[in-house]
Amino acid sequence: MALIDIQGVHKHYGKFAAVGGVDLQVEEGELFGLIGHNGAGKTTLFKMMLGLLPATSGEIRIGGQAVRGAAFREVRRRIGYLPESLALYDNLTGLETLHFFARLKGVDRAGCDALLERVGLAGAARQRVRGYSKGMRQRLGFAQALLGSPRLLFLDEPTNGLDPQGILEFYRILAELRQGGVTVVLTSHILAEIQQRVDRLALMRGGLVQALGTVQALREARQLPVTLRVALRPGGAEPLRRAVAGIEVSSIAIDGDTARLSCRRDHKLALIGALAELRTWIADMELVEPTLEDIFLGYSEGTA
Amino acid sequence: MNGIEFAQIGVIAGKEFRDRLRNRWVLAVAAVFTAFALVIAYFGAAQQGAVGLRGIDVTIASLVSLVIYLVPLIALILGYDAIVAERERGSLDLLLSMPITRLELLLGKFAGLAGALGVATFVGFGLAGVLLVQQLGGGALYHYGGFMLSAFLLSLCFLSLAVMVSVLAHDRVRASGVAIALWFLYVLVYDLVLLGILVVTEGRFSLNFFPVLLMLNPADIFRILNIFGFEDVRRIYGLATVFPETLANPWLLGSAMVFWIIAPLGVAAWRFK
Repeated sequence: MALIDIQGVHKHYGKFAAVGGVDLQVEEGELFGLIGHNGAGKTTLFKMMLGLLPATSGEIRIGGQAVRGAAFREVRRRIGYLPESLALYDNLTGLETLHFFARLKGVDRAGCDALLERVGLAGAARQRVRGYSKGMRQRLGFAQALLGSPRLLFLDEPTNGLDPQGILEFYRILAELRQGGVTVVLTSHILAEIQQRVDRLALMRGGLVQALGTVQALREARQLPVTLRVALRPGGAEPLRRAVAGIEVSSIAIDGDTARLSCRRDHKLALIGALAELRTWIADMELVEPTLEDIFLGYSEGTA
Repeated sequence: MNGIEFAQIGVIAGKEFRDRLRNRWVLAVAAVFTAFALVIAYFGAAQQGAVGLRGIDVTIASLVSLVIYLVPLIALILGYDAIVAERERGSLDLLLSMPITRLELLLGKFAGLAGALGVATFVGFGLAGVLLVQQLGGGALYHYGGFMLSAFLLSLCFLSLAVMVSVLAHDRVRASGVAIALWFLYVLVYDLVLLGILVVTEGRFSLNFFPVLLMLNPADIFRILNIFGFEDVRRIYGLATVFPETLANPWLLGSAMVFWIIAPLGVAAWRFK
């Protein structure tokens, strides 16, 4: 049984459908990405999964429990949430902030110091949040989400405001959590960050799930062209053009001693084979798969 | 009320209360109450050409005038943004993602702010009361204690209204506007309108309508509660004289104030859900 089971969920504000009929399942232990433009319905779906917004119709279950009513309180103790627009209490210190949320979650406060250490805020534990940078607030928000060793994490734009080092540390912690079997649902606008890390993702548009699957499955489904980047030896441009003349290539761009050739995925092997014949004119060759950003843009623009 | 976890209410209440202690709100309000109470008790009769402490009845009558203006204002200022501020700054979602219900959050907010008001009221007026009771004798303790308790109830009535406003308002600016409007209505306008009606109708409805209309204003209930026991000061207040003695039971009036605490909070809980 899926840990998160979303069945036919709609959220309407008057005539506007923020979420217009979503069916989605997230398996236990999965790192699931939710991507889409601003206003695509990601945050609304997030809030409905957390029981913060009631669905207009449809049902969401987490661990078999509907996300409403008194019984959901117990499920919430095992959920961590980092909101997109994180607002903490400026008058509290980092440690006091964690103590406050630990009490609300019914978690032993003794672990708060260790959590701050884990997110790199041990040195600022007794500093008021008022004096925290954006990145430090985000780290504190992440620590708050980790209170009580949750089995399910909802992270809405978790790397907002983090510096490159902070982003690396965040994903290192996330990897550790996943080894422990924690299920993670996250959104991010920085697609390059998540494309190697998510198990599956849903691409949302206009309140609907436009595409769902692994990054590779989405690539294949969208039939996005692959690109071969070729380092040419002097005089190699013309032989290259002749060699690929009989193959259906989407585009050829030659700039000095570098050529970029794009073709449909099902023509990839034929192209590689033709290029292999040009061994004397080619110094190196690299296959570039479409990135998640390409996939996202492909779906957004409706390109094949 | 099934399923309420009082521990969760306590966590929220504790934070609200500690916040007001930490930012010295409680200290400042208590100091204001003490200072004003002493000044008014001592100089309250200056217009009549006398200064110094008088009997407990006149002292309480003077303090009632102060409390009716000051306490509702302080309570409204304290509570008008209790929920709307959390919503506006984005912390409400994080709070509600915790294992806490909306009702528990609301009650926790109210309880914490009520605690802050309670400490400020009892410490502030209590300090002044120690000096007054020393001067006026132990007999004054009973009346002064009742005055402090009713002042606290009055503050809770307006805190409840403020929390209701904080739930209903879209943003803090509107909430503050409505809170100030409520203060004007209940403290300044309401009695004037009632007196105007009384004069225009030449007292025709005074016995039937006015007791009910007075009960619709917690500030008036507080006034009646405090001055009805003192024959001398009752005559000073026009509206109180039209209030039937049978309804001037302290328990009944106290219950009316409790209603004024519960009703707005009930509306707030219903809307917040």
